[in-house]
Amino acid sequence: MATILEKVICVTCPKGCTLEVTLEGDTIIKVENGCKRGHEYVHQELTDPRRMVASSVQVKGGLHPLLPVYTSAPFPKARIQELLSALRQVEVNTPVKMDDIVLRNALGTGIDIHASRDVKEEAITS
Amino acid sequence: MSIKDRYDVIVIGSGPGGLAAAISAKKNGAKDVLIIERDVEPGGILLQCIHNGFGVEIFKKDLPGPSYAQHFINEAFSTGVEFLLDTMVLQITPEKRITASSKRHGFVEVRTKAIVLAMGCRERTRAQIRLPGTRAAGIFTAGTAQRWVNVEGYMPGKNFVILGSGDIGMIMARRLTFEGAHVERVLEVMPYLSGLTRNYVQCLLDFDIQLQLQRTIKNIIGKKRVEAIESVAVDKKWNPIPGTEEIIPCDTLLLSVGLIPENELSRQIGVMIDPITGGPIVDDSFQTNIPGIFSAGNVVHVYDLVDWVTEAGLTAGKSAARWVSSGSQTNAINLPVRAGENVRYAVPHTIQPDHLAEGDIRVQMRVRQPIEKPVWVEVRSGEKLLHRKGEPYARPGEMVTIPIKQKLMDEVKSAKDLTIAIVER
Amino acid sequence: MIDFDVIIIGGGVIGCMTARALSRYQLKVLLIEKESDIGMGASSANSAIIHAGHDPLPGSLKAEMNIKANPMWDQLSADLGIPFKRTGAYIVAIGDEDCECLDSLLQRGRENGVACEIISAEEMRNREPLINPQVSGALFTPTAGMVDPFAACIAPLENAIENGVQVKLETAFLSFLTKDGSLTGIHTNQGDFNCHWVINAAGVYSDEILRQADPESTFTIIPRKGEYYILDKSEIQLNNILFPVPSAVSKGILVLGSTHGNVLVGPNSTIEEDREDKAVTAKGLNEIWLGAQKLVPTLQPGSIIAVFAGLRASGNAPCPDCSIDYKHDFLIEACTQLKGLINLAGIESPGLTASPAIAERVIEILQQEGLKMDLKENWNPIRKARPRFHHLSMAEQKQLLKKDPRYGRVICRCEMVTEGEIIAEIHAPLPARTYDAIKRRTWLGTGRCLGSFDMPRVIELLADETCQPVTSITKKGPGSEFLFRLTKKVEA
Repeated sequence: MATILEKVICVTCPKGCTLEVTLEGDTIIKVENGCKRGHEYVHQELTDPRRMVASSVQVKGGLHPLLPVYTSAPFPKARIQELLSALRQVEVNTPVKMDDIVLRNALGTGIDIHASRDVKEEAITS
Repeated sequence: MSIKDRYDVIVIGSGPGGLAAAISAKKNGAKDVLIIERDVEPGGILLQCIHNGFGVEIFKKDLPGPSYAQHFINEAFSTGVEFLLDTMVLQITPEKRITASSKRHGFVEVRTKAIVLAMGCRERTRAQIRLPGTRAAGIFTAGTAQRWVNVEGYMPGKNFVILGSGDIGMIMARRLTFEGAHVERVLEVMPYLSGLTRNYVQCLLDFDIQLQLQRTIKNIIGKKRVEAIESVAVDKKWNPIPGTEEIIPCDTLLLSVGLIPENELSRQIGVMIDPITGGPIVDDSFQTNIPGIFSAGNVVHVYDLVDWVTEAGLTAGKSAARWVSSGSQTNAINLPVRAGENVRYAVPHTIQPDHLAEGDIRVQMRVRQPIEKPVWVEVRSGEKLLHRKGEPYARPGEMVTIPIKQKLMDEVKSAKDLTIAIVER
Repeated sequence: MIDFDVIIIGGGVIGCMTARALSRYQLKVLLIEKESDIGMGASSANSAIIHAGHDPLPGSLKAEMNIKANPMWDQLSADLGIPFKRTGAYIVAIGDEDCECLDSLLQRGRENGVACEIISAEEMRNREPLINPQVSGALFTPTAGMVDPFAACIAPLENAIENGVQVKLETAFLSFLTKDGSLTGIHTNQGDFNCHWVINAAGVYSDEILRQADPESTFTIIPRKGEYYILDKSEIQLNNILFPVPSAVSKGILVLGSTHGNVLVGPNSTIEEDREDKAVTAKGLNEIWLGAQKLVPTLQPGSIIAVFAGLRASGNAPCPDCSIDYKHDFLIEACTQLKGLINLAGIESPGLTASPAIAERVIEILQQEGLKMDLKENWNPIRKARPRFHHLSMAEQKQLLKKDPRYGRVICRCEMVTEGEIIAEIHAPLPARTYDAIKRRTWLGTGRCLGSFDMPRVIELLADETCQPVTSITKKGPGSEFLFRLTKKVEA
């Protein structure tokens, strides 16, 4: 079977190395450049691409109307839009603590969505 | 909350640099430490940077901006750092008297022994890049749009063009797409990306957002609200190439065309500013030319990673605490650190060789031109190579770091200056 | 039934000064403005100079109005709280050729009765260290000055409002109402208003209004665009007004300080067919930068904080004195074809300077035309400027903060404008209703960050104080909204 050379830019850390991957069909033969984490990334990216997703949900009673949230683990890339739609339906109440779960087992992936920060209950002032 | 009349260390700004400086000052023995912050909550711009990618160096984790900030906010409170929020510093005298005004706290006058300036930076505007066109609504800096979308909860447009491939611009392209807006194009005047490569992959490539290099904006069209922009290709000297114009309909233009350290307060006190970085000239303890006034974070030079800002803040805070306990070091020798081949600038501007007794000194720099092949980062004393470190490449969008090794103390002590250079391997 | 005695069309500096002049009399006066705020045309995009009067052709209406108005500004500034500095101005000769022109400029200045003197190159270098070292001499006109051009519109109109004048914004003149050939009112996009007298102060549109009353008129406005830079006051300080030696068509590209402390560079002069086109052009920006460097070679591009353009209402009115061959004079006269209409047209530079004298001339014309004008007994000439927190002494700042803590919250950090100041403008006699309206009144958002920091906060304040959703807050009127929808309300 013919081998294909593919270039993959690693997004694991800010270095953004370009890894050269030799493929035979779907099988990875060789990965050049990059570190150990980079090699893991390539395997993941070519078999089941995932991304960390950060967005926001609505929050009641805080200083701002939105609470920033993030995925506890990289999320399947193909389902990101679906996840974002789900998050638009979420509304939480104050007080919120960082890492509180705002959406458990999102879309059945087993990945929880966490609050990125604390939000205090604001005293109601005039 | 009651404010004391006197503090050991006052930090201006509660972004990552300010928080780290205050925590570190406290941990290193400063008794009374106060942060003055103009916003109603601590955390700075990180609070609107809700994307991931923070903390890889320090926490070995991939955190969103607000989480990164929350860790330090929590630590500041638990170490006993005091906060004066919603308060704007009006004036700082060389005797370190600070006046500030606040809706909550009224007119504030405090004295301090040491100051850490940590005001961060601001975004370059359309005027600074002399962008032609109308003054319609819908021309925003990427950071202003970020505040609206992520904090205030409003969308400032439907169809966007982003000028500049800086990190904030690319990250906003993804954020806007996430929230149902359309990003028509990202334009970059340089022949290379100005932000991090990974942001290109996960913010633009992932969402099929087109990046065009060596193109800029020739005209902004629309009298009340932006209706379109006219883009044009440029040559290497940024001259528009006739015949390459394209009208791109859009209702919003976001600018991500660089950051400038915010040093109006520093200038007012008499802190010397490096015209290249736009920030104070500092030594390796992050002290400015005025004894007892330190400076850390993006106010010194614009970093690529928040982790480095925190590190700088930690050093500045420690230095401020020491300055308070020991007074000024009068006999310190300051050895200049110069930018050599392909180095646009290097920070700190000077080092005190004695400080090597405590460990390596980190020098950070920005390169002039991208070198997409292995390079040496070199530390030289005159013609003599003291130390070098290999890097796989050097890019203007990413800062380069090299330590001045502790073991080089004797050689550094006998040097007249140090030159940092980046050369092809 | 009559709604108003006099209706003024146009809320530029001419309309606003005229409104104030009329407010002294027992008349019902209305000022209409098609935009969302006053002063949105040439009045807010000019060099902000009170000209000495050395430049206009002797005998022209421009010269007469300029010379009459110049001394009025001290009193106006004191009564109305308009920032004004009588700094004097220099027409600077660079090289020998320029120097030869100074004598003829001196002659013209003297003919106009304007104080002026020629100073040496050395003296010029002493007075303005940033001047091009190649300077060969200069003409100094001590009576020239700088004014805040926004306040020059807002202050007199607020004073007029306090003395009973009414103002309607977003109200555009469409046509005259006449009965049996005589004026009975005007038709606007907001309905009809009856009146006996109409003052046409419509800037670049003044010719269109004039021709509705007098179709045979050959008077035409050909707008000329002028582009400008504003430089950061923390980067460059220059407290003088520096003109180059003028060309046949314009006073040239100047470098000057402002009442606000920022240096202004410009304008060029290009013919613009579109009367709304205030876009800056790459060509124009290059032109003014090169022109300015002739006077101050050390200007740094890094100090630029804003660019803008304005349109001059350049007309083709002949000089009223037929013996003078001049075709670009002010047109200030009662319309011969429609009794009751007074045209103030072709008011380009020195229009800002001349505005209080033009307003006085309107009063004279109305009297000559037969309007009975009785003075009000209780007319109040004073309009107090609202406090600017940053300009106060520390003791005053403390006192103001005690009285109203909202002055403690700085919203625009570059220009140090506080929440208290913004709210005061939203509830002023002429309420600021748009972002740009607040900007013109407080100078917020004119600093180095161009509003990046203050914009979200100002929009929120405007929404809160006027009880509107933030999505309806605009930059400069309908169609210039900032925000579209809530982040989370994505249409499927």
